[in-house]
Amino acid sequence: MKKNLRWRLAAIVAVIVVGVWLIYPPSQKIRLGLDLKGGVHLVLRVQTDDALRVETETAMERMRSELVKAGATGVTAATLSPTSFQLTGVPDAQDALVRQLRTEVEATYNPVSSSGGTYRFEMKPNIAVQMRDDTVTQAIRTIENRVNELGVAEPVVARQGTADQILVQLPGVTDVARAKDIIKSTALLELKLVEQGPAPTQEALLQSTNGAVPPGMEVVSGVSESSAPGERAGTNYYLVRKTPIITGRDLRTARQTLDEYNKPAVGFSLKSDGAVKFGNATGANIGRALAIILDNRVHSAPRIDGRITDEGRISGSFTQQEAADLALTLRSGALPASLTYLEERTVGPSLGRDSIRAGIIASLVGLGLVILFMLGYYKLSGINAIVAMALNLLILAALMAYFGATMTLPGIAGFILTIGMGVDSNVLIFERIKEELAAQKGVRAAVAAGFDRVFLTILDTHVASLIAAAFLFQFGTGPIRGFAITLTIGLLTNVFTSVFVSRTLFEMVIGRSTQRISI
Amino acid sequence: MRFFQNANYDFIRWRWHALVLSSAVIIGGFVLMLLRGGMPLGIDFTGGTIVVLKFQQHVSDEQVRDALDVLPGEKVVQQYGDPAQNEILIRFPQTEQAEQGFGLEASSHQAITALEKANVGKFEVLSTEVVGPVVGADLQRKGIYATIASILGLSIYIALRFRFIFAVGALAATFHDIFVVLAMMGFLGYELSLNVVAAILTITGYSVNDTIVIFDRVRENVRLMRREPLDQIVNTSVNQTLGRTVITATTTFLAVLGLYVFGGEVLRGFAFAMLVGVVTGTYSTIFIAATIAIILSRRELKARKGAAPASGRPSAADKPAADRPAASRSKKSGRNVRAS
Repeated sequence: MKKNLRWRLAAIVAVIVVGVWLIYPPSQKIRLGLDLKGGVHLVLRVQTDDALRVETETAMERMRSELVKAGATGVTAATLSPTSFQLTGVPDAQDALVRQLRTEVEATYNPVSSSGGTYRFEMKPNIAVQMRDDTVTQAIRTIENRVNELGVAEPVVARQGTADQILVQLPGVTDVARAKDIIKSTALLELKLVEQGPAPTQEALLQSTNGAVPPGMEVVSGVSESSAPGERAGTNYYLVRKTPIITGRDLRTARQTLDEYNKPAVGFSLKSDGAVKFGNATGANIGRALAIILDNRVHSAPRIDGRITDEGRISGSFTQQEAADLALTLRSGALPASLTYLEERTVGPSLGRDSIRAGIIASLVGLGLVILFMLGYYKLSGINAIVAMALNLLILAALMAYFGATMTLPGIAGFILTIGMGVDSNVLIFERIKEELAAQKGVRAAVAAGFDRVFLTILDTHVASLIAAAFLFQFGTGPIRGFAITLTIGLLTNVFTSVFVSRTLFEMVIGRSTQRISI
Repeated sequence: MRFFQNANYDFIRWRWHALVLSSAVIIGGFVLMLLRGGMPLGIDFTGGTIVVLKFQQHVSDEQVRDALDVLPGEKVVQQYGDPAQNEILIRFPQTEQAEQGFGLEASSHQAITALEKANVGKFEVLSTEVVGPVVGADLQRKGIYATIASILGLSIYIALRFRFIFAVGALAATFHDIFVVLAMMGFLGYELSLNVVAAILTITGYSVNDTIVIFDRVRENVRLMRREPLDQIVNTSVNQTLGRTVITATTTFLAVLGLYVFGGEVLRGFAFAMLVGVVTGTYSTIFIAATIAIILSRRELKARKGAAPASGRPSAADKPAADRPAASRSKKSGRNVRAS
């Protein structure tokens, strides 16, 4: 018995030493959640339709241009939905060509119907699902790149809930607006040849084509460059070729630079195959204008003065910060689809500090009240319960540090509940010991019976609480998960402290005086 | 010192009083809530925008409201927390634009710019929360699922470990607690937020915990008090564990009280729900869970006996029905039996 007791004491001391070692120093070992550290929590939805529409338009455009090349006239093409398109007015003579072209897109599109020169194609459902999934994955990767360039410590970028949602957490970010802009900007860069324009209105632009947009072309707007400072910038319209010469995918890198007027601009260089494409196109179109289109807005449309191969520059009315941010987003790649915000929660650093202070005060007050009550009611045995509770909190904090669990404001509430509910096990045991003492049992027997008989009850109550905590974890995001984790670990360590530690302490005391016990 | 040392209250006698009291609290609370237009839901569930600002000097609600008049929609402006802190909470409803995910980023930004322009005083943005309708609906659904699933899971556990009728008692007590908490929150105008749902889930755990302690004692007493009817055993068990029930409720209440008073504005709703939950959880354990178990166990006995005596007090002949589950379990916990 004596030897057994010594061994158990050694185990408890070892747990204390390891616990202290794990949490010291607490400011470095305990990870704080966004609600305590300050920062931003975003949930974004990827508009996966965007990516499918681009794919569909590309396939449609290829078929249409092949038909035109083969001499078909009067062919019109239109997308019906992000996943389907239709060619109409195809002459009977070209039916064979359509059938041949169809084999090229058959991997992705099912021909749905073909009658009277009208052909309809629909994307295969499994391919659409795969493509949506890829789009989200690619968006996550792009956002990760951008967040890393922002220099945020311990960011979270992860898929959340239903397939097309992304969770982004940026602890410690203070300029939320800028962070959001950087994450959200699609940064789809396209360089397209200008056919007509600029013109101040869409009607003026399309005058020469009788108000209709010619096939294979589109109208893009942009801020007019020549506005004097202070004057409200007008809008310019450009008629451009739909197929870009190069896109952001052809970029090797991008950096902030200055243009010829010493204004901030973004310089870029191209990968080798992009450089070849660009060189050919610019060489063949000297004297014409090239529209630099970012996220479907023309930033500038400089004249091509000569053949350009691997270097270029985007100028516009940028501030230095805007130019730097644009370079960052271009470097990290374009998003495959646009994003919308579903949820945004920002906690300023001062609120986080206030919350930590309030949480610590509340914990200490709760702890003080419980200690006073336990000492008043259980006298010296109260000390036993308090030691067990203190150890419970220490192990809880140590395990959270060890697992890298995040401490949140509701997590502090979990600590406080562990204080209040954790003594329950001790109360159960102590009340039972009192009962056994009242039944005229000896101190030793009463203590032993108290622990033995209540053990099953403690097990049952803990399993029940764990069930509730598991559903809490499954329900919650962020801070509430922190609460569920704190509660769960607290419950598990409570079994150890209230049964093993508390009993060892009792047996130590009884070892000296077996006649009376202060309870 | 020992509370309730030789407690021998006849809780069964008070069962109808208890049911009336509980119904009055729940129905009263819900009627008042409905008269005021339903449970106030936080933006976690309705969607919308909340901005909390800290001004350097005192600013009245009206000044802020006037400054925000330029923005469309109905705004709520109120003091946040301690008035000496000069903190103001501004709440916007979900706007039409936000449906398309467009206005979502704009609303908090617009409010801040409008206040800067109006020159009401220097301020710092403490926090912003913008929740879109998709997320709101999602959280609402998840909250309800989690609560129901949690209660079902706990009931199944009790049915497996104890008896089916005990699970019914615990189930009723847990629903009772949730309704009382919701009624009290609605009555005092607290909003239902994510944190409050977390508190409700915690309360289900706490309430069932309390109930299990009594049921565990019942299981033990069934073996010791073979001559007594089950309702008497339940009553004795409630009395025997009364000290523990009250003490644990006290320590938990004291700890949460610290949180309610000093824990800050963010956790106020959570702490309030927990305070109410601890009280109602303790009450329902004794007066709802235990009494329902007693009422049902009488029915069970009556049904087995066929023509039951009107008194409802079963004779010794009914005993085997109550004993059977205990006998099969005594093998598992043989040590306990010997210790007695």
